Amino acid sequence: MQYLMMCCIEEKRWAALSEASREAVMRDYGQWIAELAERGQHRMSARLAPSGTAQTVRQQGGRKVVLDGPFAETKEQFGGYHLVECRDLDEAMALAGRIPTLPHGGVVEVRALEA
Amino acid sequence: MLATLIRLLGDFDRAEEAMQEAFAAAVEQWPRDGVPANPRAWLVSAGRFKGIDAMRRNSRIDGSYDTVEDFAAHESSDPAGAADDSVEDDRLRLIFTCCHPALAPDAQVAMTLREVCGLTTEEIASAFLIPPSTLAQRIVRAKAKIRDAGIPYEIPAAAELPERLDAVLRVVYLVFNEGYAASSGDALTRADLSAEAIRLGRLLLELLPEPEAAGLLGLMLLQDSRRAARTSEAGDIILLDEQDRALWNREQIDEGHAHSRRALASRRFGPYTLQSAIAGAHAEAATASETDWSRIVGVYDLLLEVEPSPVIELNRAAAIAMRDGPAAGLTLIDTIMERGELADYQPAHAARAELCRRLGRANDARLSYRRALELTRQGAARRFLERRLAELASG
Repeated sequence: MQYLMMCCIEEKRWAALSEASREAVMRDYGQWIAELAERGQHRMSARLAPSGTAQTVRQQGGRKVVLDGPFAETKEQFGGYHLVECRDLDEAMALAGRIPTLPHGGVVEVRALEA
Repeated sequence: MLATLIRLLGDFDRAEEAMQEAFAAAVEQWPRDGVPANPRAWLVSAGRFKGIDAMRRNSRIDGSYDTVEDFAAHESSDPAGAADDSVEDDRLRLIFTCCHPALAPDAQVAMTLREVCGLTTEEIASAFLIPPSTLAQRIVRAKAKIRDAGIPYEIPAAAELPERLDAVLRVVYLVFNEGYAASSGDALTRADLSAEAIRLGRLLLELLPEPEAAGLLGLMLLQDSRRAARTSEAGDIILLDEQDRALWNREQIDEGHAHSRRALASRRFGPYTLQSAIAGAHAEAATASETDWSRIVGVYDLLLEVEPSPVIELNRAAAIAMRDGPAAGLTLIDTIMERGELADYQPAHAARAELCRRLGRANDARLSYRRALELTRQGAARRFLERRLAELASG
């Protein structure tokens, strides 16, 4: 099954980390992805531009309405995702549990793709 | 058998349907051709063929024929044999899947009673005093989540086993407690739920002989042994120190003690085993005044180390009140209450009221009994508190 891991983090807190800490997290990230790739489980990953760049569009009364900002104002902001092939939810949760932003307040939502 | 079919067919509903069809086939064939040498293997094998057949029929409709052929081809060529050697593993798989932490606790309880214990939706709903439609929906959602989120049908790996076993034990104890001290409704106890929990506890211990599984079974047996003495004929609560100990079930006490001691001797025990040691100390006392409160306080101290919680602190304070007198207990309870975590916990107010009453502080007792009454949704507990309040008014 394929699982989407949606990574959220408090952008302010992330920005407040030292350059060296941020680099260490990204290095660990690289290794996490490399391991998955080696086992043939990695499908894709991407890091998003800061949430300040987000726009939402919806339709109201037949008119297109564009708003500045993400869906909802939350403490943590959606910042990146990974699509990973896993045997089952337990494997997906074990892998998500090793995502390197977790020690810095990161939160990961794990969801299966519809079969 | 259901557990095995779920593994072979990979889906709860499909397995349930296949099992019914297999039984229907048996009713027809066994009287005619004789009972097969291995009836279980026959049923599993028939169920598997019925299940795959149904998948084929469905796939013709939705066009995913390839996957079913893959599925059938992928299966072992000797399904009955493959099914036979792992009956116990399949039952464990079923338990761990029903108690998977990705399911909400009430869904875990519903799935376990339905799939592992085989209770009907109506039986479970009436035991928990909720409409059958609510419970049915809870089960449908849980099954959908198991399928769509990819919750595995597996015994967890050794590294995850302790945590996952905790979740299973929690479900079993939750079922037991709802039967032993119902959270709502008129009767204090519901024997059917407790009996079901004890049956589950036995099964679990048989399949997975872990110390905490033994500790939990011991705890449930020791608590359940007092059932007949806990309420009067009118259904009113009788407290531990006023119970007729001749009504305690000696057989359950002996068996509970044995499990509890074995778990303690393993030195790998946890909170359930420690609670069983406390229940055991009560069971050993021939009269209330012979209760070894020092030992009980000692076990509570240990329990707080293993699992710090304000509820355990409260119970420890009640034990200290018995050992050192109500004033000592009340001081502790007031300190715990000041932290605010137990502000809406009915037993905390009831315990405080009881100690105030013993100290002759009628006004404080009244206030706490009233607060406890406000927080009670359960008939027998309500009558008990009202009785105490009436006694205070007349005394």
